[in-house]
Amino acid sequence: MTLGPLLIGIYVFVLASFVGFEMITKVPPTLHTPLMSGANAISGITVVGAIAAATTGAPTVANILGAVAIATATINVVGGFLVTDRMLRMFGKKKKPKALAPGAERVEAEGREAVRK
Amino acid sequence: MSHEIMRSTVVPIIYLLSTMLFIFGIKQLARVKTARRGNALAAVGMLLAIIGSLLELGLVDYRWIASGMLIGTIIGAAFAIRVQMTAMPEMVALFNGFGGIASALVAVSVYWDLVVQRAPTGRVYGALGSYESITVMLSILIGGITFTGSLVALLKLQGKLKKGQPILLPARHYITFGLLFASFVFGGIAVAAGASESIVWVLALAAVSLILGILLTIPIGGADMPVVVSLLNSYSGVAASMAGFVIGNPLLIIAGAMVGAAGLILTQIMCVAMNRSLLNVLVGGFGVTDGGGGGSEEYKNVTSCGPEEAAMVLENAESVIIIPGYGLAVAQAQHAVRELADMLKARGTKVTYAIHPVAGRMPGHMNVLLAEADVPYEELVEMDVINPEFKNTDVVIVLGANDVVNPAATNDPSSPIAGMPILNAHEARSVFVVKRSLSAGYAGIKNDLFEYDNTMMIFGDAKKVLQGLIAEVKAL
Repeated sequence: MTLGPLLIGIYVFVLASFVGFEMITKVPPTLHTPLMSGANAISGITVVGAIAAATTGAPTVANILGAVAIATATINVVGGFLVTDRMLRMFGKKKKPKALAPGAERVEAEGREAVRK
Repeated sequence: MSHEIMRSTVVPIIYLLSTMLFIFGIKQLARVKTARRGNALAAVGMLLAIIGSLLELGLVDYRWIASGMLIGTIIGAAFAIRVQMTAMPEMVALFNGFGGIASALVAVSVYWDLVVQRAPTGRVYGALGSYESITVMLSILIGGITFTGSLVALLKLQGKLKKGQPILLPARHYITFGLLFASFVFGGIAVAAGASESIVWVLALAAVSLILGILLTIPIGGADMPVVVSLLNSYSGVAASMAGFVIGNPLLIIAGAMVGAAGLILTQIMCVAMNRSLLNVLVGGFGVTDGGGGGSEEYKNVTSCGPEEAAMVLENAESVIIIPGYGLAVAQAQHAVRELADMLKARGTKVTYAIHPVAGRMPGHMNVLLAEADVPYEELVEMDVINPEFKNTDVVIVLGANDVVNPAATNDPSSPIAGMPILNAHEARSVFVVKRSLSAGYAGIKNDLFEYDNTMMIFGDAKKVLQGLIAEVKAL
């Protein structure tokens, strides 16, 4: 038996779908949004396809579309992982709720400083 | 190392590592303790994937690639850092839309390069390859739906578009199915057409997909948007997978398919927690009738979960407060509650009981009941002493109590129980309310606590739920 590229692709697609189905069974409700956000960042993997679509320097339609695809996919990836981490950081800090408050204030104050400068 | 070895061996191994990191990442994201590490692992996997794709290209002109990535990084990071914590679902919806449009753009770009710019003489399926041409069309369709669908979801979450209310067009099901059918026809014609004639059909397909995304999302109410965003997230995974078929990259196929399937499961889990079926959410129109009357007895936005999920939250709790009420007495669950408390204490969790003066049907009802189960007296704390503690508490379990934890008593001056002192359970990080149904308590009024974002309902008899919780905590 020899599999053509299409069949290999379909095999991979079906098996990967099963992995996806099996990976998540029970999720505590507090993690619904972070998990959704993290999985969403992974779907930005299409950036790899976008990179392959803009490989010459010429300002052709295909290259411009490719570059826009790279930019939007990168927004998805970078923003997605950062925002997920921000959400999850809140869970990590629950051990010292009292130490958290002054720290948060300080960061905010620094932010205001930066704006003034 | 020659570029050939790089492409045939090194790059595939990098892609494999990246796939494995995605799998571990998603798995760890589903547990509170490991979630942050899981996210970091997935991010490393993504970095590897990008490095791999650059190595695969070898020496090419990087100008478009570099500017695209730079712009994307700046915008993405700016959004992620500036967004308010409360606006997270909106943010996820927006990012998801960007991911969807990226997949569609990759497909259009490949099509434009191989068909329009090189202008081959044959048919489109000859220029792109037969199955690649089909996946190009699917990628455009799904990516387009994801893009506009996510933007509509974003607006609904922000309370725009008729304040998030469902928008129901006449004959909307016929319009939607008609357009979906049309998109398949347009895609089919484009695949079979000659190179120059196909452009108009591809553009028509893109336009229809964008309209479909809007039409599929506007009939769904704002409260159901998290479910919709989760489903659209699944779509964007499938769109990425289709883009993987287009460019023949297994990493995209795998990661996209995994996100597609995991997103679907997560959507299902979220539906179950809201007591709705997915079909019921998607058909839309839910909540059209309740036009925002303040005193309505209907519950909206109630989240429920099972003992398994509750146990996963309890696993990571440093402090737990149990609020017993009449339901505990009815269910004769005092021994079960003590058993659960003992197990949690053995794990190092601080457990106390908050006793409201009118909990139960007589003063001291709860003290008596819990004393019967040999709960140490010093663990029973009175309302005035424990109320300041709630905001530093990880988990509150409300066992068959209702009116004594109703925040309407302090927040709503028109409420029949206005001014009644309550236990401030709503200030805790997570609240589990164990209750047989959403029926009203002794005062016969709606309990606002059940609608709070940090509240999860566990429906069932107090004793049975506690036994379920004990079994789950044991299994941790």
